[in-house]
Amino acid sequence: MTAAPEHAPKMAEVTFRDRIAPHMPVLLVPLIAIAGFIAIQNPSSWLTLTVSGLAMGMMIFIMASGLTLVFGLMDVINFGHGAFVSVGAFVGISVLMLLGHMTEAPSLMLNLGAILLAVIGAMLATGLMGWAFEKVIVEPVYGHHLKQILVTMGGLIVVEQLIIVLWGPEEIYILRPEALKGAITFAGAAIEKYRLVAVGVGLVVFLAMRWVLRRTKIGLIVRAGVENGEMVQALGYRLRLVFVGVFIAGSALAGLGGVMWGLYQEVITAHMGNHAMILIFIVVIIGGLGSVEGCFIGALLVGLLQNYIAFIEPKAALISNIALMVAILMWRPMGMIPVVKAK
Amino acid sequence: MSDAILKLEGVYTNIAQYHILQGVDLEVPRGAVTMLLGRNGVGKTTTLRTVIGHWRAHQGRILFDGEDITKMPTPAIARMGLGFVPEDMGIFADLTVEENMVLAAASGPINSARLDWIFAAFPPLKTFWKSDAGTLSGGQKQMLSIARAMVEERKLYLIDEPTKGLAPAIISTMARALKDLKDQGASVLLVEQNFAVAKALGDSANVMDDGRMIWSGEMQELATDAALQERLMGLSLEAH
Amino acid sequence: MIRSLLSNDLPRSLPLALILGVILICLALAPFLFPGVRTVDTAARICVFIVLVASYDLLLGYGGIVSFAHTMFFGIGAYGVALASTHMGRGFDSIAVGAVAGALLAAILALVIGLFSLRVRAIFFAMITLAVASAVAVLVSQLSGLTGGEDGLTFKTPRELGPAFKFGKEAFDGVLFGVKLNGKLLAYYFIFIGALVLFLAMLRVVNSPFGRVLQAIRENDFRAEAIGYRVVYYRVAATCLSAAVAALAGSLYAVWLRYVGPDTSLSMEIMIDILLMVVIGGMGTMYGAVIGATLFVLAQNYLQNLMGAASELTSGLPLVPELLNADRWLLWLGVLFILSVYFFPTGIVGRLRNNG
Repeated sequence: MTAAPEHAPKMAEVTFRDRIAPHMPVLLVPLIAIAGFIAIQNPSSWLTLTVSGLAMGMMIFIMASGLTLVFGLMDVINFGHGAFVSVGAFVGISVLMLLGHMTEAPSLMLNLGAILLAVIGAMLATGLMGWAFEKVIVEPVYGHHLKQILVTMGGLIVVEQLIIVLWGPEEIYILRPEALKGAITFAGAAIEKYRLVAVGVGLVVFLAMRWVLRRTKIGLIVRAGVENGEMVQALGYRLRLVFVGVFIAGSALAGLGGVMWGLYQEVITAHMGNHAMILIFIVVIIGGLGSVEGCFIGALLVGLLQNYIAFIEPKAALISNIALMVAILMWRPMGMIPVVKAK
Repeated sequence: MSDAILKLEGVYTNIAQYHILQGVDLEVPRGAVTMLLGRNGVGKTTTLRTVIGHWRAHQGRILFDGEDITKMPTPAIARMGLGFVPEDMGIFADLTVEENMVLAAASGPINSARLDWIFAAFPPLKTFWKSDAGTLSGGQKQMLSIARAMVEERKLYLIDEPTKGLAPAIISTMARALKDLKDQGASVLLVEQNFAVAKALGDSANVMDDGRMIWSGEMQELATDAALQERLMGLSLEAH
Repeated sequence: MIRSLLSNDLPRSLPLALILGVILICLALAPFLFPGVRTVDTAARICVFIVLVASYDLLLGYGGIVSFAHTMFFGIGAYGVALASTHMGRGFDSIAVGAVAGALLAAILALVIGLFSLRVRAIFFAMITLAVASAVAVLVSQLSGLTGGEDGLTFKTPRELGPAFKFGKEAFDGVLFGVKLNGKLLAYYFIFIGALVLFLAMLRVVNSPFGRVLQAIRENDFRAEAIGYRVVYYRVAATCLSAAVAALAGSLYAVWLRYVGPDTSLSMEIMIDILLMVVIGGMGTMYGAVIGATLFVLAQNYLQNLMGAASELTSGLPLVPELLNADRWLLWLGVLFILSVYFFPTGIVGRLRNNG
């Protein structure tokens, strides 16, 4: 007979490592910024690059956020998400072109008004399209990943071709509104005005999204639904409706991202959404499928890293995103902020 | 006789190619606690999940408060007044205790008198009101799961093994809360493996085996007849 | 004999057997039945795409895994042959070295991607392959010193496979059934036999115990794992095998074209073509690849003419001519693709087998 081991609880010191682990993803952003600063060694170039990296990150986040939520909520992976980016860009830019008198006027208010109208047009169009896409393309293939990937990819092809039918096969070059052209100089660094606007819009979207998710009942339903949709329904909520709503909102955001991306690149093509999808997927994977915060951090990381590397070694910029993805997946195979499913 | 809040008539449920329920008949009277008993894997959980609509009956009829809910979507069934405590508790770990409760009160803000009653029954929920539900202990999660069902007055509570894997002290907290519920005249369909709890709470009992109901009667009758228990469940529950 | 060549996987439908037979005979005798540069070129493309699509079906139809990197593997094989032929000089040895190196590289790359993504979630694979493939495509067009960039590489294949090489002068006076006996003819048969061997090999693989386990995993990976099969290993192995065969198909294509470039071997358009061919022909059956590839390549060549004509006819109407423009054929294929995934998930082969 052996004696039962003595029960002697100890207050273990929580190590620094354990305490920092949950915040690691957030800390990565300043870490990369610092690493970039050390590598670039030129404060004004660094500032320029950081702002453009953040701007790019914010735009990717806006485009990607809907995709990650749609996946988290209903386990639906939409390979056609890029179509909303393209359509958003084309509709938005068309509106801007119609409003030439407002964009060419050297008045910030008129310029921003034109952009606002363009954004509203783009978001309405992509939101409506999202609703139709969900009904026609996605709904029949719920719960079937393979078919989802195939069918949504097919949807992307069709939409791209329709854009060409409507707007022609040529790429469209655009000019930014007067007040957003050029750069301001700050601490010796030239910072494009438009990038500052993009950072601002991205922050507003992120904070608004966080507020909705944390402070409203719809947000509670969405967050709970990501974790355990069955239970949300057993509490009496029609998750299906909420999902359609999220799909529409996500599509509209992709449309907003499309307008912003188009103005950033100053050229739009029918395939731009397809190209954006690559960055969107990388961001969504490294963030953790289903996590909005992860998506945000991932987007900033991708934006910053790509800009720093492009400055240091232009050829390596192409694979920097892939390298980042590989590194993050080695560290956390499910992404930085893995979403734990109840089942 | 027609005062059953819930009635299952010849319900068959298949999960993939497995025939789990094979003609379940069950009547849950209003204002009483009805026990659903049986060995593991005989279809008790599937019965509850079929009622709430997570699984679909392929055959047969389910009547809730006189209405046919067999083909109704889950949210509609829940909104008719059905509180569900699933076997895995179904806690939203990323949400706080408060947020879990707010969500559970689907028809509006939480009634403060009811909340006081819940806090009295489950004091830890008050302590950890603002904490993430994922950080609660197993027993506290179970309390939250039951509290979510109790936060609004439901016509029927479906509760799946509320004492599973819990320490004895917490089991008695749980039993007291359920007794409270019963004393308020609630209708409850309770799956329970802990026979002491079943005996203390149950008014009537139904025993399942192999996807069918094999015995229905007074809980008292089952509790006092060891031979009957032996025959129905393959073991004497008093031995637990 | 036929039974064992086909690994006991018979067409199981008379119309299907007839169609396959016709395709086989047409491809086997293409230079004689349809003499002409363009038609023989079409036949060679069909041969290559049958192998490419079949290798993709191994992944999609049998393994239930969606990959967007299949053209990347195809391109690796093509560039392998091109680079070897450029740097080692023309010759069958450079073709062999290029093809083997390409297949190995493709398999290794597939192994790495597979281990990274399939371990976690099968859909990761689709997303990651899309990202990697597009990065590689951009990389290839940037590294113009090595790959010729957007222009690609033109290279020389062995003299025996070129039009300047003539044979059979003594026996047939250099002409057989009105067809000139030259290196181009040999090149066609090089492609045809290579494709036939690869196709039969894949038919063997999917009908082997390995293929059966793959199918079991596709049906229910959870149960396959429970029975004791390491799902990840099987999936990764299928990925590697499929990548290697795709690379070999790429090598064949490079030998035929004597040219590689991003547009002929790496582009996303080809990836979409492959998807369409698999789905329209029928997922999960090697014969689907034959029918899908044949139909698609023919349609690509001839449907565009038809659409052009239709566009002319409707030129008075608004928007319709735009929709029928020959360049918009991808639009209609996209629609067809979605409809087939919904309504004919087993494709043409599945249809034929059900009716037969």
